[in-house]
Amino acid sequence: MKLLYFAWIRDDIGLDGEEISLPDGVKTVGELIILLKSRGESYERGLRASEELKVAVNLEYANLDTPISDSDEVAFFPPVTGGKND
Amino acid sequence: MIKLQVEDFDVSRELSVMLSGHKQVGGVCTFVGLVREYDSSEPLNSLTLEHYPEMTKKELIKIEKQAKEKWTLKDSLIIHRYGRLVPSDQIVFVATASAHRSDAFNSCEYIVDYLKTRAPFWKKEEYKSRVKWVEARSSDEDALNKWEEVAN
Repeated sequence: MKLLYFAWIRDDIGLDGEEISLPDGVKTVGELIILLKSRGESYERGLRASEELKVAVNLEYANLDTPISDSDEVAFFPPVTGGKND
Repeated sequence: MIKLQVEDFDVSRELSVMLSGHKQVGGVCTFVGLVREYDSSEPLNSLTLEHYPEMTKKELIKIEKQAKEKWTLKDSLIIHRYGRLVPSDQIVFVATASAHRSDAFNSCEYIVDYLKTRAPFWKKEEYKSRVKWVEARSSDEDALNKWEEVAN
């Protein structure tokens, strides 16, 4: 599975992406986040604000219940920023 | 048409290319978004736009298609820049061309509202002594509500 990290999530984790093999039993975006957070403090920090975390699976907006498989591309990013006061 | 690019754009040239050959266009509505300073007490050195290229393209194509389903358009163009920009630089250009003005006005605003909340861009501001990611605004989400009401 290909993982991508953007904006401050990338800064916190210290990687712009990585390849992982998805363990048995991890079948949704929510379960993947739990798995990643268990990998260390940098992941814990990068993925902390789960209510503000946006996820895309294969370029489509996803949610915590979206099913995933080992051939997917999953991207984690903050809410998109169009601008201020306009 | 969708263009994602680092380089600047020339509005009049983009318009003349878009409109060449269109004999039934009665009006074009355009929007140009610029980099601006938010806080006059702290000068902004630069704004760096990062994006998720494949998804950005896909989302912009989707937004353009939705606009064409809602209004009768002869043509449309969305240009979005990324990379490092400075205050007063042009960031985004949206042009919608139609036979009648209301289609052009409404679809242009719709596209701008949607691209601000759907297209995966993130902005990092660089000040003299610090660097800061811009946080999302709920007013951008609020701007979409009026289109939901139109749809209903």
